[in-house]
Amino acid sequence: MAFADIRQRPGVLLAVAIVGHLILISAQVQTASGLPVLQAMTFGAFSEVQRGTMSIVEGVRGTWSGYVALQDVQRENGSLRQEVQNLQVRLQEERALAQRTDNLRQLLELRERAGLETTAAEIIAAGASPEFRTVTIDKGGSDGLAADMAVISPNGVVGRVILPSRRASKVQLLIDRNAAAGALVERTRTQGVVVGFGDGTLRMQYVPGTADVKTGDLVVTSGIDGIYPKGFVIGTIENVDRGPGSYHEITVRPAVDFSRLEEVLVVRTPPPSKQVPEGGDQ
Amino acid sequence: MKIAAALAAIVVALALQTTLAGLVFRGTAALDLVLVVVIYISLVSGPGTGVVAASVAGLIQDSLSSGILGIGGLAKTIVAFLAGVIGTQFIVTAPLPRFMVFVLGTALHAAIFMGLYVLLDLRQFPNPYGGIAGQAVGNGFVGVVGFQLIEWLPGFVARRRASRPLKR
Repeated sequence: MAFADIRQRPGVLLAVAIVGHLILISAQVQTASGLPVLQAMTFGAFSEVQRGTMSIVEGVRGTWSGYVALQDVQRENGSLRQEVQNLQVRLQEERALAQRTDNLRQLLELRERAGLETTAAEIIAAGASPEFRTVTIDKGGSDGLAADMAVISPNGVVGRVILPSRRASKVQLLIDRNAAAGALVERTRTQGVVVGFGDGTLRMQYVPGTADVKTGDLVVTSGIDGIYPKGFVIGTIENVDRGPGSYHEITVRPAVDFSRLEEVLVVRTPPPSKQVPEGGDQ
Repeated sequence: MKIAAALAAIVVALALQTTLAGLVFRGTAALDLVLVVVIYISLVSGPGTGVVAASVAGLIQDSLSSGILGIGGLAKTIVAFLAGVIGTQFIVTAPLPRFMVFVLGTALHAAIFMGLYVLLDLRQFPNPYGGIAGQAVGNGFVGVVGFQLIEWLPGFVARRRASRPLKR
């Protein structure tokens, strides 16, 4: 008989009876949240089981992703490193392109502002000897360039063309020992001659000791040398000394950073002092 | 023990319990005759029959009271199971062990019953120990006496019959 069999298993009977009573109690009693007690107890107990299961799963997943799955990381790391290098090169290219665009824009502005006939040129090489401060530009006689044409940049005077070939030209920088330009102090219009000193600075010579000159004054071209157009910036007076003679010893810091030159303008319009009157000899 | 006899004993206990409901000791019923009967059935018939009898008796008793249906039944079921296990594992024939089973069973029943009510925040039982102790002693006394009567009664009847003169 089935009932008799069940009575032979008191443990099962007890469990069934307890569960039955708990269900019965739960149907009548509610927790503060309104849920039946059995539901709340079952959910609370099972949520702990779920929490434990999730902890185990997370542990296994963490072990997998932290150790086993790292097999591909080295390959992926190498690939990413290569990609980073490529991107860095590309970034440098983009940056250089942007810098060049900016330089060209400044040159264009200078050309429009100066109102002179100019030719834009790119510096393609530096001087072969450190004793001579020259550079080579990529424009020459075929572009209309000739010797003693002034070379300028947006920051100021660069130098002059000394040796034009057909497709390139050698430019003597203003800081070369043999370079010189007619100059004047913009504030007082005091005239003199700016010469290269070979160490990257300039000297303004033949300025009378009585002249009003002081540190910080701007020095510009005077245009009387027949090469450089008048009014272009040469540099700023850095130091003024009373020399042994009747002239000041003036040190001028160039406005142009010659170490960073990339593009320049060659002035093809000769200064008025060099222009030949109609009917005269050249 | 037959099922019918167990059911009859439970019904009688319930009837007497409702009659003695007014007998209260320190806020707790002085006797729980249904519990006494349940423990008795468990000791005599084992935990299986005891659990069934306790469940049925407890549910009926709960339904006759105003409490939560099932709490008394659950308490009596657990007590019956343990009493049945004790009855099958140990020799519980002397009055004192029986008394102890009734006393401890009553205490456990009260602990489960009151504990569930307190746990579910349905009712409070301030200082229940005196009442529980009184009920335990009362149940123990009734249970032991009941055991003795049930065991003594068949022999007594047989002796009366044997000593009666033959009628011609």
